[in-house]
Amino acid sequence: MIDTVGRAQETPDQTQPFAELGLKPDEYQRIREILGRRPTSSELAMYSVMWSEHCSYKSSKVHLRQFGDKKPPTDALLVGIGENAGVVDIGDGWAVTFKVESHNHPSYVEPYQGAATGVGGIVRDILSMGARPIAVMDPLRFGPLDAPDTRRVLPGIVAGVGGYGNCLGLPNIGGEVVFDPTYLGNPLVNALCIGAMKHEDIHLASAKGVGNLVVLYGARTGGDGIGGVSVLASETFSEGGPTKRPSVQVGDPFMEKLLIEATLEVLHAGLVEGIQDLGGAGISCATSELASNGEGGMHVWLDRVLLRDPTLSPEEILMSESQERMCAIVRPENLDAFLARCAKWDVEAVVIGEVTDTGHLTIDWHGQRIVDVPPRTVAHEGPVYERPLARPAWQDTLQADDASTLPRPQTAQELQSTLLNLVGSPNLASKSWVTSQYDRYVLGNTVLAQPEDSGMVRVDEVTGRGVAVSTDCNGRFAKLDPYAGAQLALAESYRNVATTGAEPLAVTNCLNFGSPEDPAVMWQFSEAVRGLADGCLQLGIPVTGGNVSFYNQTGDIAILPTPVVGVLGVIDNVTRRTPMAWGTAGTIMLLGSTRAEFSGSEWAHHVHGHLGGLPPLVDLEAERSLARVLIDGAREGAIRAAHDVADGGVQQALVEMALRSDSGAKIVVAGDPFTFLCSESAARAIVVTDDEAAVRERAAAHGVECTVVGTVTGGPTLEFAGLFDVSLEELRSVHEATIPAALA
Amino acid sequence: MARVVVDVMLKPEILDPQGRAVQGALGRLGLTGVANVRQGKQFVIDLDGTLDADRSATLERLAAELLSNPVIEDYRLTVVEG
Amino acid sequence: MRIGVVTFPGSLDDRDAARAVRIAGGEPVALWHGDDDIKNVDAVILPGGFSYGDYLRCGAIARFSPVMTAIIEKAHEGMPVLGICNGFQILCESHLLPGALIRNDHQHFICRDQTLRIEDVSSAWTSSYTLGQEIVVPLKNGEGGFVADDATLDQLEGDGRVIARYVGMNPNGSRRDIAGIRNERGNVVGLMPHPEHAVEALTGPTTDGLGFFASVLTSLAGSR
Repeated sequence: MIDTVGRAQETPDQTQPFAELGLKPDEYQRIREILGRRPTSSELAMYSVMWSEHCSYKSSKVHLRQFGDKKPPTDALLVGIGENAGVVDIGDGWAVTFKVESHNHPSYVEPYQGAATGVGGIVRDILSMGARPIAVMDPLRFGPLDAPDTRRVLPGIVAGVGGYGNCLGLPNIGGEVVFDPTYLGNPLVNALCIGAMKHEDIHLASAKGVGNLVVLYGARTGGDGIGGVSVLASETFSEGGPTKRPSVQVGDPFMEKLLIEATLEVLHAGLVEGIQDLGGAGISCATSELASNGEGGMHVWLDRVLLRDPTLSPEEILMSESQERMCAIVRPENLDAFLARCAKWDVEAVVIGEVTDTGHLTIDWHGQRIVDVPPRTVAHEGPVYERPLARPAWQDTLQADDASTLPRPQTAQELQSTLLNLVGSPNLASKSWVTSQYDRYVLGNTVLAQPEDSGMVRVDEVTGRGVAVSTDCNGRFAKLDPYAGAQLALAESYRNVATTGAEPLAVTNCLNFGSPEDPAVMWQFSEAVRGLADGCLQLGIPVTGGNVSFYNQTGDIAILPTPVVGVLGVIDNVTRRTPMAWGTAGTIMLLGSTRAEFSGSEWAHHVHGHLGGLPPLVDLEAERSLARVLIDGAREGAIRAAHDVADGGVQQALVEMALRSDSGAKIVVAGDPFTFLCSESAARAIVVTDDEAAVRERAAAHGVECTVVGTVTGGPTLEFAGLFDVSLEELRSVHEATIPAALA
Repeated sequence: MARVVVDVMLKPEILDPQGRAVQGALGRLGLTGVANVRQGKQFVIDLDGTLDADRSATLERLAAELLSNPVIEDYRLTVVEG
Repeated sequence: MRIGVVTFPGSLDDRDAARAVRIAGGEPVALWHGDDDIKNVDAVILPGGFSYGDYLRCGAIARFSPVMTAIIEKAHEGMPVLGICNGFQILCESHLLPGALIRNDHQHFICRDQTLRIEDVSSAWTSSYTLGQEIVVPLKNGEGGFVADDATLDQLEGDGRVIARYVGMNPNGSRRDIAGIRNERGNVVGLMPHPEHAVEALTGPTTDGLGFFASVLTSLAGSR
């Protein structure tokens, strides 16, 4: 028997399994107050999914408000936070949209499909803004490289990211691969997508125009991921492994490719009034959000939804997370044309509802009313928690345990073996085992891709206008000081974009943290958000959107607080970009100031297993000044090659440039050799120039310290004068062996 | 109703890296003495009505042309019902 | 010269092939898989991608498209046809070329800048290269292993129908390091790597790929 609104009114005392669906008693009571009766089982399903942590952001909303409150004034922002993705103006009538999202828990359960559907979901978000997706990037984090479970999840996740993205025809231009013990059991799969469009193509997810039709198109609806969202993301994994196996979403990238082409055609033909993709919470989310953003009213005939599995109940249909589905609002006079375009691409489409002026979302199942709710209460007025937060008791001890006390390499021999050790360490080793599984060439507009500092794609083939994106986060720094750590992630991403010659414009973020029910984690989260919001204000670039992933913990052990920050920049002409490869001659200069900062460094982590002290000093003004020198230097041609200095310090940056160029250099070490080589002070970059004077002048004009540190020789060795040299052949073999050997 | 099952396997002389990968996994998971593993595909085709001579011939042709690639695969067609 | 570029559902490198034709000086003409009219083009490119999601087998479904009927007919009459990656798979499934493409031996998708040696310059698509010339073009595939029985391979070698071979490393397990082959007449060529991604210094490892597109324009001009 179907649980209708009428029946709910008649049976107010019927017990309902709200707890099993993830709702707390007070939340269930609130639903009853909103409706003035008990919810029907379909309504209960909708609220439970939409009010879950993943969909409602209930633990993070109060903190995320800062991104809006502290938004820096900027003309470039065309669509801000609140929509599927932010949109920025990049000039010449072009707009770019980008966003990063997480799919962490599903990837632990089913690595390939978890990662694949993560890519699928973010691509649909970008598509629903009216943009053609043009590139993807994937920051990935795993447990230790030699852990058995890493061997279980890593290859599957990489294959899933590649398998889905390659089949869609989207170049993968960057990302990260990071290993840390805290990610064992909680791998992080963050997926980013960039889309481009002309200003007039921007579309929003709103259902306006009474009488307009709600069209569901794409794949049929099946039993994928029922309860996946609320169940998985609101629960941490208990010790003993992935015993919980709800139905995981399964992706079909071919269907998504067809969906992209059909969607772009209907958008460009002006056949769509509003559009929404179906992601977490499927139809529940799409209908309530579209209605809530629009006239406020919608009526849906749920039995018209095309099903893959005819045995699904209405509740299951509402909660299904079947992939590759979109929802469009279409004027009745445009319907035939809309359906014809879908048919051309073999994409099924069906009218499932219409926009009304009732202010309610009503859903019928074979003529019986099973849902009658105010959509705002489902989509936007979910619970808001003010979770308790408390600086952890161990934070002071952790910060006092500085890495300066650790024994350091002193002799030339020790410095050389430290260099080789670090170059081959999992976090610093070559990631090409991963990145060579991704197509970087498709669409023919990729100008820079990993291991370059940022991924850069040409947007306009006539003018050469392009965009660059980088994603970064050092979780160790964030653990030592979440406020500074988040700012350092922002700084690094900002710096990486500037290093390639692009002007930073906007920010996205994926905030990966442990359980929000732990006050220590909540403190880390609030500090990180505060740091990021303050940092964005200071740098003058707004957060345009992002994602929060909580509950990344197994038992009591939370992951390192991992606020991944993505910065997008614009470049007038991609031919003026600055790559890493330094050719066979040139002057090598270090821009920025170096201090003896080793806490949280790769050296402390890999050589000593140590994490303690304070992260490197954050100086956002210094980052701004450095960025100016790098961007202007690129534009004027004074800087021929550049690389930012980050994990592993100056020595790592030099090794990477030498290997990228297959060309050696002679380096003159300044000051204390170990500090010069391994310190991880921020706001620094290596540049190579044929016009030292021009670089000096630019640096002086912006107050950036500038030192010549060597010359490119074109030879077979990297020589640290007076200390040691090492052949490129040996460096390459050490750098490239680590990951393939571990995964063989 | 008629049901036809078409099994498609790579020809023995064609390299089957997926079969080999499965063989390795079986061994690692405790099954000793696995001599060989080959991976193939099975198509289960349900048809309205019965399987007359015409349809049989068409099916046979499509099994050879579409469902399998005769350069690298062998097929076997079994009528289960009808 | 008008060069048709076919779009199947799931084709990905069709735009890139069109761009390459344009850069080489030809006029790309978009052809839809569902049309049986190939608009009197002078040559056809079957581009890379995942037509029909690579379902059933790569290229197995695309090969039966309406557009392929016209293309196969014209190919038998001597029209130049280039199949790149998924296009090569479609040509083999259509039996315009012998052999088949199977899963990479190492089981992974691989994207790399691959060195090739051009071993035949008599085909319509390789005439602007010199015999033995080494070029670098991107390779990106998961099912790129070329296989055929020994008799077929011997015949291909004997007749000089291997047009390109992998140099330095075999990225997918292709027999005899074969990267591309031609038919007897030399008008139909199948190539696993992607020359259309090596036509601009800005976005490719080299511009070595242009030669494929320049060759057909010259071949067509010569045959007028």
